[in-house]
Amino acid sequence: MARIFAYIPHRAGLADDCAAELAAAACKIDDAPATAVVTGWGPELDTVSESLRPWFAAVWKIAHEALAYPNAELVRQALVAVLPPAPIILVPHAHFGTDLSPGLSVKLNAAYVSDVTDVEPAGGAALKLVRQEFGGQVSTHVRCDISGGAVINIRPGAFKPAPAAATIGPVVDQSAKAGALKAGRRYLETVAAAKGDVDITKYPVLVSIGRGIQEPDNVALAQELADAVGGAVSCSRPVVDAKWMDKSRQVGSSGQTVKPKVYIACGISGSFQHLAGIKGNPFIVAINKNPKAPIFRVANVGIVADILEFLPALTHSIRQR
Amino acid sequence: MEILVCAKRVPDTSDNEIALNGAGDDIERDDLVYSVNEADNYAVEEALEIVERSGGTVTVVTVGGEEDEEILRRQMAMGARQAVLLSDEAFSGSDGRGIAAILAAFVRKGNYELILTGVQADDGAAQVGGMLAALLDYPFASLVTSIEVLDRGRLKISREIEGGNQEINEMDLPCVLSIQTGINEPRYVGMRGIRQVASVPIPTLGRAELGADGFVGDAAARVKRLDYFVPEAGTGAQMLNGSQEESIGKLIDLLKTNGGLP
Repeated sequence: MARIFAYIPHRAGLADDCAAELAAAACKIDDAPATAVVTGWGPELDTVSESLRPWFAAVWKIAHEALAYPNAELVRQALVAVLPPAPIILVPHAHFGTDLSPGLSVKLNAAYVSDVTDVEPAGGAALKLVRQEFGGQVSTHVRCDISGGAVINIRPGAFKPAPAAATIGPVVDQSAKAGALKAGRRYLETVAAAKGDVDITKYPVLVSIGRGIQEPDNVALAQELADAVGGAVSCSRPVVDAKWMDKSRQVGSSGQTVKPKVYIACGISGSFQHLAGIKGNPFIVAINKNPKAPIFRVANVGIVADILEFLPALTHSIRQR
Repeated sequence: MEILVCAKRVPDTSDNEIALNGAGDDIERDDLVYSVNEADNYAVEEALEIVERSGGTVTVVTVGGEEDEEILRRQMAMGARQAVLLSDEAFSGSDGRGIAAILAAFVRKGNYELILTGVQADDGAAQVGGMLAALLDYPFASLVTSIEVLDRGRLKISREIEGGNQEINEMDLPCVLSIQTGINEPRYVGMRGIRQVASVPIPTLGRAELGADGFVGDAAARVKRLDYFVPEAGTGAQMLNGSQEESIGKLIDLLKTNGGLP
């Protein structure tokens, strides 16, 4: 079996939440513990390297001033220079993994599989992986030939985090191998999300709308229900894409993280990016006319109905109490 | 600026329930409505808006078969100057790396400064754009939410990172960008527009014209889908059946119990 690596993003001296999940995924591929790889610059990189030691056989550290901000083009060059031939490297499937991994697989001449939710050896130089398609409505098994190595993006939250081990691995400084790093893409700055008129993170009840709301005029139906229960209206990505609600109302990995007591998902299919924004184990009510919508797999209570009919009736009944 | 947009025809999931076929080796495709992948449509609109501001032309390309011509015509009706179909028996069964190689061979035949893809296809893996960039040794950025053309062959772009924050980058041209949904408001395409381009010829290029490297085709694919299946429900939701009135009554009780009603 090829040697298994896990690329661990980090920020402000803290490793990505997925680090122990990647360690768990690596163990399902091969019994031998994986090697973590971290890139960066300065004391923060040393802090992160130390913190990862209980989960990995070794922590490979690549320090370079040009890697102070994780520019995927530069990180890719460093990884290609440092990794051995035909490696298996696991990467969290988030915005950085989307930037890094496809090009990394090309430069390593390795296979690439994105957004993997489960993995098992398939005998010989192959893995059997599980992915989802069509917004999670169906899953697929994928066979991946790893004879030339593989880059595998792991979905955050899909693997149960591995426990910390009693023996801790060494930090190995691989910086000297990284070579000169130069890219035609330069990081300039990060612009923080604009604050909206309503702070959806402050409400105990959220009436959250998705594509099923169909038209901007129908947003009022959700607002009336929110008013009746003392909550606010939030939404999923398609509603923001269509410009029907402000970006500050979006729940999900690219929007807000919310921790309400009750989350009423109306016409929301339930993509993993959306669910990633719902924390604190709220009571989830799902109303959707598609009985196969993935949201029903995670909700506490489900109702198969057209929200355009159901919401006004629910609001009316609540007001009549 | 010469802009190339790579697009794909996919089942429209907003209009379809996706179900498995009897054999479990594919989804049931007979009654599906197909359309251009949503993110790709935003990419075409973005290309058209850049050209409206700074001049140039937009070409749309797809890898597929005759049935894919409908999305190419739709993108021409939106305003793309030309469309090209890359089609060959030898291409079928290609994995993402293979598709990227076919597109790279096509790009090398032209003079494109900017190449756009959608961030991900509904049945895809968000992979072809990044692979294409690496094959061409062009810079790449994913999840792009705005593009500003600077002077001297550079772009200023923003991309979506966590928590609604935006990461601003400068890109040298030529480059490849994967476009996030919501970047713009794609223009409406009416039947009249489609009719106007109904007889515009769409050039088709195959392996002989393109070349392309050794990763193309079924035999070379290192990543292969084995089957489709419906994920286990876990505990799943308690479904409230019965009449709307009954469902609402039960739901109000549950909301009260769980802190959703004062």
